[in-house]
Amino acid sequence: MLDEKNITSSGSSETQYQEINDLLDKNQHYKEGFFTSTHVETFEKGLNEAVVRAISAKKNEPEWMLAFRLKAFKHWQTLDEPHWAKAEYTPLDYQDYSYYSAPTCGSCDTEEGSGSEQEIDPEVAKAFAELGVPIMGEDANIAVDAIFDSVSVSTNKREDLSKLGIIFCSFSEAVQDYPELVQKYMGTVVPYHDNYFAALNSAVASDGTFVYIPENVHCPIDLSTYFRINEAKTGQFERTILVADKGSYVSYLEGCSAPVRDTYQLHAAVVEVIVMDDAEVKYSTVQNWYSGTDDGEGGILNFVTKRGICEGKNAKLSWTQAETGSAITWKYPSCILKGDNSIGEFYSVALTNRRQQADTGTKMIHIGKNTRSTIISKGISAGFSDNTYRGMVKILPSAEGARNFTQCDSMLIGDQCGAHTFPYIEVENATAQVEHEATTSRIGEDQLFYCKQRGIREEDAISMIVNGFCKEVFSELPLEFAQEAEELLAISLEGSVG
Amino acid sequence: MLLKIENLQAQIDEKQILKGLNLEINAGEVHAIMGPNGAGKSTLASVLAGKDSYEVTDGLVNFDDHDLLDLSPEERARKGLFLAFQYPVEIPGVSNKLFMQTAVNAVREEQGLPALDMFDFDEYAKDKIALLDMHPDLLERSVNVGFSGGEKKRNDIFQMALLQPKLCILDETDSGLDIDALRLVANGINSLRSAERSFIVVTHYQRLLDYIKPDFVHVLYDGKIIKSGGFELAHELEANGYDEIIKQHQQA
Repeated sequence: MLDEKNITSSGSSETQYQEINDLLDKNQHYKEGFFTSTHVETFEKGLNEAVVRAISAKKNEPEWMLAFRLKAFKHWQTLDEPHWAKAEYTPLDYQDYSYYSAPTCGSCDTEEGSGSEQEIDPEVAKAFAELGVPIMGEDANIAVDAIFDSVSVSTNKREDLSKLGIIFCSFSEAVQDYPELVQKYMGTVVPYHDNYFAALNSAVASDGTFVYIPENVHCPIDLSTYFRINEAKTGQFERTILVADKGSYVSYLEGCSAPVRDTYQLHAAVVEVIVMDDAEVKYSTVQNWYSGTDDGEGGILNFVTKRGICEGKNAKLSWTQAETGSAITWKYPSCILKGDNSIGEFYSVALTNRRQQADTGTKMIHIGKNTRSTIISKGISAGFSDNTYRGMVKILPSAEGARNFTQCDSMLIGDQCGAHTFPYIEVENATAQVEHEATTSRIGEDQLFYCKQRGIREEDAISMIVNGFCKEVFSELPLEFAQEAEELLAISLEGSVG
Repeated sequence: MLLKIENLQAQIDEKQILKGLNLEINAGEVHAIMGPNGAGKSTLASVLAGKDSYEVTDGLVNFDDHDLLDLSPEERARKGLFLAFQYPVEIPGVSNKLFMQTAVNAVREEQGLPALDMFDFDEYAKDKIALLDMHPDLLERSVNVGFSGGEKKRNDIFQMALLQPKLCILDETDSGLDIDALRLVANGINSLRSAERSFIVVTHYQRLLDYIKPDFVHVLYDGKIIKSGGFELAHELEANGYDEIIKQHQQA
């Protein structure tokens, strides 16, 4: 039997994955790819100081906010677009984008930049309804901030939450209504000069969500933001700040989508999370931006800076992400573990198919004593895609007794895709313990044949195997989100569901 | 007749492995296929199950009134053809429960039966776990992950017991089993024997056959069946080896 076995395994390597690739090559059902036609006000394409001032004026911003933008813009002009990630793209023409677009509803007054529940443009409301986003507060267990291009169009359940002292509003409103809080925290975790895209965001920030959970308040429902890019050639630059004061708890979710477009669209967000003593924040993302065509045309460039700081002792910050969309993802949700005994977690599933490129991971910066971090990363590459894990674990001299555990697993589907791992570990305290485990596997013909021989269809087998691979991460997502993530994976993989 | 193979020829990478194989199997019969390394035993099992790295170049296979070679691997499985693998595959993160519930319901769908929900499936599976003396946490564990060689083979027989196939093909299921595991596997197989269910047992050794007692024994050599007989042929092979029979075949 030995020679037969050899023949089998050395078999036709070129055609070996043809069938899987054919299956995956079928057009993806990107059901979120529709476009909403409504009255919009969109700035002319182009970026200069006047545009930055105009955005600020449009939002009636106070002087300090404009000053922040201009400082960032000036700095941005001195920077070069980074290309160190394992993702190929031609340098962007930043003058070819519009930096502000907002729906204007004839009968509603949107002068303030963001509407309340009564004022929402019916076409926009329809779009969110189609996306299954409960913007009217119809879901009792979740409060939603809905962002359409550059503005927040609706934030529900605010009154109920405010009874608990919780602030949940759009970033633009926070600038108006809670200027002292915004000034206190904005730029403290991600400074305007942090990197190219953070600087750009700081200059042209459109809208985003502001959350403040007061001391010892356990937020009773999930808070969420849904981001929708609608206009062509528009960038979305949301700015989100989340502050959990001492002893508080919040679970925050974000989702996103965009219409099918044949050119790249830029999404450069900045998220800052501040976690005080004994507080806990769970931050979950299901990212389903449009990923471009089979030939790699169009799609969202998802260049995002997300970072949180565990400011106080026993603080806990947990990032969970399911990344299935975008043409290119460049994203490293990170934790600065400053408070003693603070905990940082990063759970990630990144799936790339067709020509998608993802370079994602995390940074865990241990400063406080006995700080702990866990990184579980699952990368799945299919088609002609590239999927990269890039992570840094840094233990500073002060971080006595710090511990990190990293597990980084890659799965390859087919033989035209790539999986890459770049773990950086810097330890400056001898009492620290750092563990790193990594595996790479392939959905083999053997596994598929085994499933088929038991009567299971190939697409069911692939999605079963992939979901099994991701189980550890999905179990960290809130229940409904986990389901959504599983379904997204299935859709992204099969291309023929339903 | 459940299975009729006529002049089956198959190759892999343009190397001819099966060279005109004929075999007929009636419902309820147990056939053993024996032969030296490289004779084509595992190829036969793989070709019948529809593994696409093998190319069938000639011949006909009729299975339960279907043109078997026309069916996809999953259709063959759904119509009642089961292969117990020489090397059962590991699927990390997929529980045996999800895996087998999906498989059982695929077969039930084919038969026009309603799907079993989780509770029904649990009940159904419990008896079969006892039959093979598998650990009760079997269903929660990932498919074949962390299983010993013997456990993997028993898991395959467990799956066979769940799927209730018409034709069971066992591809060297006895390889790598110690004597206790062998007995468990043989008991499992024997308990599944019925007037409707047929078996093809591919093996090197007589010891599994001693437990199963096949109705027919065939010697496969160089891609063809060169001798067929009753159970006594297995004893003859054990005593004299393949050389004698091969020599006779070559002289003839």
